[in-house]
Amino acid sequence: MHEFGLVISMIDLAEEAARKEGADVIEAIHVEIGALSGVVPEALEFAFGGARAGTMAATARLEVTYLPAIAYCATCQSEFELDNRFGIAMCPTCDTPSADLRQGREMHVSHLEVA
Amino acid sequence: MADPVATRDVRVSPHGTAVTPGARVVQVQKSLMTHNDGVAAANRAAFKGCLVLNIVSSPGSGKTALLERSVRELAGDLRVAVVVGDLETDNDAVRIHAAGAPSVQIVTGTVCHLEAEMVARAVDQLDLAGLDVLVIENVGNLVCPASWDLGEDLRVTLLSTTEGEDKPLKYPRIFKDADAVVINKVDIAEAVGFERERALDAVAKVSPGTPVFELSARTGEGMDAWLAFVRERLAAKRG
Repeated sequence: MHEFGLVISMIDLAEEAARKEGADVIEAIHVEIGALSGVVPEALEFAFGGARAGTMAATARLEVTYLPAIAYCATCQSEFELDNRFGIAMCPTCDTPSADLRQGREMHVSHLEVA
Repeated sequence: MADPVATRDVRVSPHGTAVTPGARVVQVQKSLMTHNDGVAAANRAAFKGCLVLNIVSSPGSGKTALLERSVRELAGDLRVAVVVGDLETDNDAVRIHAAGAPSVQIVTGTVCHLEAEMVARAVDQLDLAGLDVLVIENVGNLVCPASWDLGEDLRVTLLSTTEGEDKPLKYPRIFKDADAVVINKVDIAEAVGFERERALDAVAKVSPGTPVFELSARTGEGMDAWLAFVRERLAAKRG
């Protein structure tokens, strides 16, 4: 349960970017959350509801894009999406586990809608 | 000039989160970890030639016991210090101090993991320049510590035979990001019905290629290979 701290960072990043653009109000914050980021989108939304008061994002929507985990198979030289809930990156073509995770750890603010 | 070929990377927004038509969009593209990662990078620079380990595990799997024995066995020729994170008490720092290493306890209150800034403040109380190895014992938790870079060189994930062979499958991220996995309490493996092959298979699937050290911090069995690994990585860092 560290989503509250993450949400404070998220609002800080959003306000900084919005101010730089001369905006007054943040209408939406778009974030990308990877499957293996350890962040629970629902908990993030809950924390956002509590943290946004008094900020430029006081009435903003939080839009979460959930990114599936993607690994790279060196044998097949191709990327594949992890299809199991255990986070095992087993190549569907050659059945070899991969240590090369290309996507899934993200927790990014991607863009904002401002006014 | 011809228009560039249109591409759409489906990974960027697989489920699509629509922007309100007509809205003014500001690109940010920054990690929520931006602040922590900045402090972690500063820590890494401040650590210089000192090898820094971040030890993570669930509560009670023997992080402190491993450190007590490691400190005792390395102290002959290396200068080791420990930073310990716990929600409450300085019991662990007291144990490690008794084993012969300077130690700083970080009491996190209710925080479930260590952050780079907590480590930065804690190491202010140590003579970093006079150290060979700094071990950071994270809060016992297999979820949250995975996300916070502390500036360490090696992340070591510890698992004990009493916890069940499928821990790596249940908490994949913290095993996936490990530079080494330690399986502790092998002295009681038989008594608790620990299935070694299943555990090794789980680690190999989640974190292929990661070295695994099977040991008992209590009896000392298997400690030599682990300590040799630490010495080897210290030598490698110092080139």
